[in-house]
Amino acid sequence: MNKTWLIIQREYLTRVRNKTFLLSTFLTPLVFVIIIAAVILITVKSVKEEKIAVGDKDGVLKEYLQSSKSTSYDFVDNADTALLSKDYAAVLLAPGNGVNKGTQFEIYSRKNLGVMTEESIRRQVNDAVQTRLVTQMGNISKQAYDSIKKAAKATDLNTKVVGEGSEVTSGNSGVAYGVGYATSFLIYITLFLYGSMVMRGVMEEKTNRIAEVVVSSVKPTQLMLGKIIGIGAVGVTQFLLWIILIMLMSTAVGAIVPPEVMEQVNATNRGMPGAAMTTQTNDAVLMLAKTSNTLSAVNWPLIIGCFLFYFTFGYLFYAALFAAVGSAVNEDPQDAQSLMFPITLPIILAIVIMINAITQPESSLATWSSMIPFFSPIVMMARIPFGVPGTVPWWQLGVSMTLLVAGFFFTTWLSAKIYRTGILMYGKKVTLKEMWKWAFKKV
Amino acid sequence: MEILRVEHLVKQFATQRAVDDISFSIQQGSIFGLLGPNGAGKTTLIRMITGIFYPDAGDIWLNGHRFDPVNDVIKIGYMPEERGLYKKMKIGEQATYLAQLKGMSKPDAMAAAKAWFVRLGMESWWGKKVEDLSKGMSQKLQFVTTVMHEPKLIILDEPFSGLDPVNANLIKDEIYRLAKEGATIIFSTHRMEQVEEICDQIVLVNKGQKILDGTVADVKQQFKEFLFSIELDDTEGLSSVEGLFDLLQKKEKKVVVRLHEGASNNQVLQHLMASNRQILSFHEILPSLNDIFIKLVEGTPTARQFLQGAV
Repeated sequence: MNKTWLIIQREYLTRVRNKTFLLSTFLTPLVFVIIIAAVILITVKSVKEEKIAVGDKDGVLKEYLQSSKSTSYDFVDNADTALLSKDYAAVLLAPGNGVNKGTQFEIYSRKNLGVMTEESIRRQVNDAVQTRLVTQMGNISKQAYDSIKKAAKATDLNTKVVGEGSEVTSGNSGVAYGVGYATSFLIYITLFLYGSMVMRGVMEEKTNRIAEVVVSSVKPTQLMLGKIIGIGAVGVTQFLLWIILIMLMSTAVGAIVPPEVMEQVNATNRGMPGAAMTTQTNDAVLMLAKTSNTLSAVNWPLIIGCFLFYFTFGYLFYAALFAAVGSAVNEDPQDAQSLMFPITLPIILAIVIMINAITQPESSLATWSSMIPFFSPIVMMARIPFGVPGTVPWWQLGVSMTLLVAGFFFTTWLSAKIYRTGILMYGKKVTLKEMWKWAFKKV
Repeated sequence: MEILRVEHLVKQFATQRAVDDISFSIQQGSIFGLLGPNGAGKTTLIRMITGIFYPDAGDIWLNGHRFDPVNDVIKIGYMPEERGLYKKMKIGEQATYLAQLKGMSKPDAMAAAKAWFVRLGMESWWGKKVEDLSKGMSQKLQFVTTVMHEPKLIILDEPFSGLDPVNANLIKDEIYRLAKEGATIIFSTHRMEQVEEICDQIVLVNKGQKILDGTVADVKQQFKEFLFSIELDDTEGLSSVEGLFDLLQKKEKKVVVRLHEGASNNQVLQHLMASNRQILSFHEILPSLNDIFIKLVEGTPTARQFLQGAV
């Protein structure tokens, strides 16, 4: 055990002291924040005011069409396309105005309007027409209609979850969705990132021929476990640093960028196809910024506890398999690719199941796959935020955790056997079939 | 005193029997040569002695006790043929780390590493990384990491490959010194001239089996072919003599003869003196280990492969 501890120390210290570790740890959150800041900046900057001339001799829009930040409307008598040369970005013609002989509104411009601008004009015209028709036909004032709309908008849907007994908690499936998505993706990334780090570490030891020197002093299992635990500790360190740095930086960004700007960024982003990603990021930031009340409804100690559990044992479960693959590979990275396939397949499958499970956390697919150790770290993490024991009964959580720990012992045992043979085998290309034989032959 | 005894060791792999019933013993303080062509089973044998593999059958006795891989590793220093070091690690840390893995405490390991670095003139390397060393330098470092925990049994697999003559001599002197101080050295190689020079006792393995065991002098006697090299002032008219010797080679003043069975050295000398020739020198040609090696393993596929490789 003492020697395993020495190996853990070496694996940890050599990696933590490495320049690439320091760079990636401190640059990643910086890059993350810079990207978000850049997205915000660009969207704010790119919203420029477009002047639009409106030809509306019948007064179908007048009084009802409201200018916004990105568009301002000038009602011009006898408006026609000739106005395009007079500083107007576009000319909007109601039916029967100028060249518009049709029954629909038409808009003319020299170059294509931006998708966002076009969308917001369409919305504003629709709004204007709707307001005119309602006020005229219902015979109510425009002010009265505005206040009706406002009141309707302010109505919210409060979701409550009835637990066992009469306990009622305010539910928030939106937050659960976000938290579940984030945590299971984090585990997914970790499995790959640190799993392949373990694999490369084992390959390095094998190709450097240091393995034989070391295994003449310690048992191969000790060397393998020392490496897995050491790299796991590096991963935890890196994550803690990231969390601290991102929190510091987002606080800084939040202090610099006022919430109204964020709102505006989101509003403009929504109408922009392909902006789903940034909208989501912004949504998440915004949600965290304004949902402190709903966030308190989430059982954070449980989620964080489960996250740490699934993070640790999910990593250990897969890292052992990655170590086994590393031990079987010779210098050729191509071999590593093909041998890694059986390990990466369940991880990718897990993320596919997760995307389905997060929308239906109680489906049988979600339930069963969250108990199979190959998928449980990712799938179960997506279900837990929806509530324990509401959505995930305690027994399911218990079975899932027990099976994962058992699975970890099994993969470590299996990998140790492959590792012991593979690490000393040089020059031969190893197939999966051979690895299978190594795992189940007698010592 | 016997430091190591192996009895009827067997190791079976999926397709072949890598070590097939090998037994031998080694005296403490001796330098022991483990010879054999590539694929003969040397490495497997060594891996069993170092506790990396468990034998399928047979026993290993270290220092009179049954070998216990967990606790006895500190008594063994092993430098594999396929050797390596952590490239990104500093040399001093690396030496200390490997000694700690053997079971030394950190301060002891540091002190031992420093002492060895001074002895081999490597003090200035302490803070360098392995990737900055030349092949010869890392070879020296590897040797240091093998012996710095003062093992009783040192196993060196091809220790001189890649070393220049100066450094090879340096290591050779250290090997002699360690043996003199009581360490036992197993020296695995297929470079026969080094074996002849260094080893007291040898074992030759081929295809997993022991085919020769003994001291270098004994082995040479065992395989001698009664060849003599004679230098004479005049070799004119000298020819084979029935019942005495065959003349094999004649070159100016030098001849090589093979004595017939039953003929003694003195009879040959008398015959030469009787023909009125001056004898300038007369000595026996013993076979080199290389000749014996080739003779013994000749004809087996591994040997042919080995011989081609050696050319």
